[in-house]
Amino acid sequence: MRDWDIEMRVSRFFIIGLVVALGAALATAQSAPKARGYTGPRTADGKPDLNGIWQAMNTANWDIQAHSAAMGRVVALGAEDAEPAGAGVVEGGALPYLPAALAKRQDNFKNRLTADPEIKCFMPGVPRATYMPYPFQIIQSTKSIMIAYQFAGAVRQVNMAKPTEAPADMWMGWSNGHWDGDTLVLDVSSQNDKTWFDRVGDYHSDQLHVVERYTPISKGVLQYEATITDPKVFSRPWTMSMPLYRHVEKNAQLLEFKCGEFVEELMYGHLKRQPNQ
Amino acid sequence: MTARLYTRSLTAAIALGALMIGLSPLGAVQAPTSPATTPAARPSTAPQTATKPAVKAGWRVPRTPDGKPDFQGLWTNATVIPLERPKGAKEFLTVEEMAAAEKRGNRDEEADTDAERGTADDAAAQASRAAREERRQERVAAGNAGDAATGNYNAIWWQLGKRALANHRSSIIVGADGRLPHTAEAERQLAETREWVKEHPADSADGRDNIERCLAWISSGPPMLPTFYNNTYQIIQTPHYVGILVEMIHDLRIIPLDRQPHVDAAVQQWMGDSRAHWDGDTLVVETTNLNSKRNFIGGGGGRSGLAPNNDRMRVVEQFTRTAPDILLYQFTVENPAIYSHPWSGEIPMRATKEPLYEYACHEGNYALVDILAGARAEEKAAAAKQPYK
Repeated sequence: MRDWDIEMRVSRFFIIGLVVALGAALATAQSAPKARGYTGPRTADGKPDLNGIWQAMNTANWDIQAHSAAMGRVVALGAEDAEPAGAGVVEGGALPYLPAALAKRQDNFKNRLTADPEIKCFMPGVPRATYMPYPFQIIQSTKSIMIAYQFAGAVRQVNMAKPTEAPADMWMGWSNGHWDGDTLVLDVSSQNDKTWFDRVGDYHSDQLHVVERYTPISKGVLQYEATITDPKVFSRPWTMSMPLYRHVEKNAQLLEFKCGEFVEELMYGHLKRQPNQ
Repeated sequence: MTARLYTRSLTAAIALGALMIGLSPLGAVQAPTSPATTPAARPSTAPQTATKPAVKAGWRVPRTPDGKPDFQGLWTNATVIPLERPKGAKEFLTVEEMAAAEKRGNRDEEADTDAERGTADDAAAQASRAAREERRQERVAAGNAGDAATGNYNAIWWQLGKRALANHRSSIIVGADGRLPHTAEAERQLAETREWVKEHPADSADGRDNIERCLAWISSGPPMLPTFYNNTYQIIQTPHYVGILVEMIHDLRIIPLDRQPHVDAAVQQWMGDSRAHWDGDTLVVETTNLNSKRNFIGGGGGRSGLAPNNDRMRVVEQFTRTAPDILLYQFTVENPAIYSHPWSGEIPMRATKEPLYEYACHEGNYALVDILAGARAEEKAAAAKQPYK
């Protein structure tokens, strides 16, 4: 019993130490995205090799801002649907909503059980796709880059050549990329206004402009940063940041999650033929 | 998003370039069979065309930095040639017959346009419509006709491709027969399901086609076959992966090149689980773990029956770049639960500059809602006519 207690205490100190060290590392990384001189593997053309299966490890998909643990949305699901607490991924405090937009956000919150596009298996948009609780894969060749997300099989083609303009709005936006030192910078425009940032109704308009930065800071970690500009919804640009972790298990693989099949009853169940007809 | 109207003139230019390739002896000439080129050296599933593809003389395949043939870029498998050989047709077409097939495909589109305008009713227009109907029947037979019962988009919306196949074949399926070798039991199941569908056309979403449900498209397969439109593919290669982005319903096939075993048999997927390796300059992709919710291929769409026992299905695909503008795609499908023997097909995919856009299918699936709502409205109307029932 006592041995166990001591062991617990020792490991607790160890964990706290780790967390502090990690926090410090991340703080450094955030202020200096050059990643403290980390030079990882390179592709044949000398760029940082971001190939891999990545995943965020936080509660941003529940709520990108700092939040307490809270009851979930579906009573029957009990603890499984309860919202875990989170320190938030937004830099610099509360989101700078314009007054009318804040009211809409509160409406979204009230209606989140039916209005959150995640529930209908809609492609999640950027940046939400990055921090959903599903892995995603970066496929980077010397000619092009694709980013594939397990959720809804969403996918992005990144144009690394001369920036081009989208012919129309789309769910996953239009990504023009370039390298800023060892950071992959993606300029994402032309997203539609149908996706959210999280499950509590934080949202954007079709004026959303996202600049993403992916910086390798160690073999297993990409530092991710997304700066959001949306003059219809926010009074100023704001930034979220988080580490993304590499899946290192030997059989790591992006498996299918074609969730449209799983929401048919929800979306079309009321249109089923009734037995007496 | 359909890109075809947007880039029609570009397509025409590409097609003209491709025509020249089509006229070259490239596709018609086959090197002698060599057992060594059989995918994965498994004789039981050897493609019926297990020949080393002939590469255009004097041309060297471009290579990736790690020395592999470079397939990266945009390709299309759009064609006027059907999956199954029309009854009575011979296996290979002459240049004149290819031109006639292309002309007929193009005339179908014009006929539709005329019909839409309601201006053409002379003998030529009638003949044209008859030809179009014949083509439609071919597509029905090939399982590539959408919903034959309720009609469909007219040809102006279709992008069957204006081109025959550069290999001169009269069907995508190769071999003397050119037809799908369904077992008698599979034929019986297909017929049974067709009957059921007649009685239950729109009971619920899961009674409709996988295409309408935005779950699986024949474009991604495997095998990857041409469909109504958006027959565009983008390939990306790294030293460890090949990615094939399929425009239809934004499917991305991520295929590892490392010789890892397949994922556990308990994991069944719409597109299965693919592993690839290089056999010389040919990329060989082997796929298992296909789920049994997929449609019978060539069965007239999913409403004509699900493919049972796909845990017994195995698809081997081979990709070889044979000319600057041709990526030769060959495949063999085996599933003893459905087919009496493995069958093989071949499509010389053509390079295209036509861009590939996001195809958000499920997100805008008003069709499924309207099909079901329409059926309920019909039932209601019918019930109102029988007050004493």
